[in-house]
Amino acid sequence: MIVNFGRQARQRGLFVLSTLALLSSVVPASAQTTIKWLHLEANPDRLATWEGIAAAYEEAHPDVNIEFQFLENEAFKAKLPTLLQSNEAPSMFYTWGGGVLKAQSETGAIRDVTAAFDADGGKWRSEVSPAAVDGLSIDGKVWAAPVQSGLVSFFYNKELFEKAGIDAAAIQTWDDFTAAVQKLKDAGITPIAGGGGDKWPIHFFWSYLAMRELGQDGFAAAKGGEGFQGEGFLKASQMLADLGAMEPFQEGYLGATWPDTQAVFADGRAAIVLSFENTATPQNQANAATDGKGLASDNIGRFAFPVIDGGAGLITDDFGGLNGWVVTKDAPAETEDFIHFLTVENAGLLAEKNNILPTAVGSDASVKDASLADSAAQMAKATWHQNYLDQDLGPNVGRVVNDMSVELVSGGVTPEDALQQIQDAFSMEM
Amino acid sequence: MSQIAPALEAAPTAVLHTRRRRGVRGKWPIIVLFLPPALVLFTLFVILPMGEAAWYSFYNWNGYGLPTEWIGFKNYELIFKQSAFRNALINNGLIIVVSICVQIPLALWLATMVTKSIKGAVVFRLIFFLPYVLADVAAGMIWRFVYDGEFGLVANIYEFFGQNAPFWLADKNVAFSAVLGVIVWKYFGFHMMLFIAGLQAIDKSVLEAADIDGATGWQKFFKVTLPLLGSTVRLSVFFAVVGSLQLFDMIMPLTGGGPSNSTQTLVTFLYSFGVMRMQVGFGSAVGVVLFVICVTLAFSYKRIFMRND
Repeated sequence: MIVNFGRQARQRGLFVLSTLALLSSVVPASAQTTIKWLHLEANPDRLATWEGIAAAYEEAHPDVNIEFQFLENEAFKAKLPTLLQSNEAPSMFYTWGGGVLKAQSETGAIRDVTAAFDADGGKWRSEVSPAAVDGLSIDGKVWAAPVQSGLVSFFYNKELFEKAGIDAAAIQTWDDFTAAVQKLKDAGITPIAGGGGDKWPIHFFWSYLAMRELGQDGFAAAKGGEGFQGEGFLKASQMLADLGAMEPFQEGYLGATWPDTQAVFADGRAAIVLSFENTATPQNQANAATDGKGLASDNIGRFAFPVIDGGAGLITDDFGGLNGWVVTKDAPAETEDFIHFLTVENAGLLAEKNNILPTAVGSDASVKDASLADSAAQMAKATWHQNYLDQDLGPNVGRVVNDMSVELVSGGVTPEDALQQIQDAFSMEM
Repeated sequence: MSQIAPALEAAPTAVLHTRRRRGVRGKWPIIVLFLPPALVLFTLFVILPMGEAAWYSFYNWNGYGLPTEWIGFKNYELIFKQSAFRNALINNGLIIVVSICVQIPLALWLATMVTKSIKGAVVFRLIFFLPYVLADVAAGMIWRFVYDGEFGLVANIYEFFGQNAPFWLADKNVAFSAVLGVIVWKYFGFHMMLFIAGLQAIDKSVLEAADIDGATGWQKFFKVTLPLLGSTVRLSVFFAVVGSLQLFDMIMPLTGGGPSNSTQTLVTFLYSFGVMRMQVGFGSAVGVVLFVICVTLAFSYKRIFMRND
């Protein structure tokens, strides 16, 4: 009863308010609009860049107020479904695209930004890389405004490679790679830094192997309904199990989180890491290393994940993230405009200050770090960009893929059983 | 005196009688006044969510919108197919066993030590109780560092003896034993406090009588102290069982349930397979199973062991 009465009163209040709003809309510049920006950026320097951008927007639009809301990564993922369906829903939030975005788009809790992208003769659409827009579109609708994309590739410690007598440029195929791993082991060097505790760092290996073995068409067929138990997946899984059998990772890698893993590489305790595009930047090295410095930029080299002899995948098929901002159903109309301001007009600033690879066209010039620019150059030539599988396949199948990648590499499961479990989860979603 | 005594005796019975006669009818206003708030809150925050969980458990649902895809008992089938769930069940059982076989005897032993009137006993009481005061999450993080094979305390000890340090939390055969160690360390202080309270309630004259009869220390402990502590021991075991079923916030920072799900408990299993995978229907089914286990254990334990307490 009390609740009902309250609701009635509130509705009446809303009615009065909306009438007032209607009346006052005749008079320009009225009520304050608040854009609630939900993010998971814990790094104060990066956050400061955003705050600067928000302040600039507020200055240009005095009637708009931007409010920052922070949630830690795992908490964000766990809380978002409830949050989106409550009255406290944010106006905009971060997305990795893929199955989660698809699930959100089906609920009516978020609104698509297609209209904003196509306004003014498709101005916004033309300002962003088409692959990025495609990546965040579902059934012809743009469900999130792209901001950055990433590339996962191998980074190596030049000094340690030299010590083991390995020429990184000669690593073209997976066999070359495993030979290099063996050489490192023979030289008494831990070959690869791996994060088995967080699991997803190991799913990079399985994903890339499957991509290299199956190629874009084979992969699309699997996702389209053929499933994950074909010959190609079996071969890729076996290769990962074989790699694991060589024991290439640091001791205790099964308990290592991602920060642990990055420290192993940045301290020079392992020669290789399969990691994000910003691995070699001085900031990242300083953050990751135990001594607060890390490896010197000129001591870090990068090479693309090698191809598999006889596999359908190409060396130019990329695997990496694609991020964007999602607008919620009841967000103020200004939200899209602000996101455009953030992701397009300030793309250069974000690239320079926050070390990201923006999806906005023509922002490459602002990428100052050499190794980042190198990643950007590879992405510019991409024949296919595959999003992280633990995002792309949705949270359920994705986590099974992560689990199975670790199980495969640690010898806890046969390739057949691993694929069966992935398939079981996948058929639940269909 | 003799005249007053019957009057005094009669008075309470009279009051009792009138109370009984007024019976339920007299209580109605009180029931009507005081029951609704509690009932509403209990229904809203306990009964309803439980009913909802039971309802969701029959759907394939990711938490968005309303559940629509009815799948019957499929979620329950899936639970029992998961090897991680079996691990979790076994682990919960192991926690109970270790609590009863190691933690409670240890706590009892220490309690008998620190209740003796020796110098510094109070300080030791405080020290032993400290781990329990520490937040579970903090304890989990601290022990993660302790067990670290590269920089941790364990690593330093091994290095001191010129050995290569093991990575206990990364080895699926050892990880849960390491977790059990932390659990014993964390909660023995709590059980110790229960026993201290129990020991202090024991009448000293009984022990003195045993002394006069020439009982040895062991005899006194097993024939006098332990039987008199019976209800405390049963309560302690009850807390150990309930604590095991609730264990979550220490495991997450310590191992997150890994490696290979070897350190999952029922609640971490629910969280990682239900909440984090956005399988709310499945998670609800796990919740229902957990609820059934809790209710069965709690009621049967109370029925069988705590009947007279």
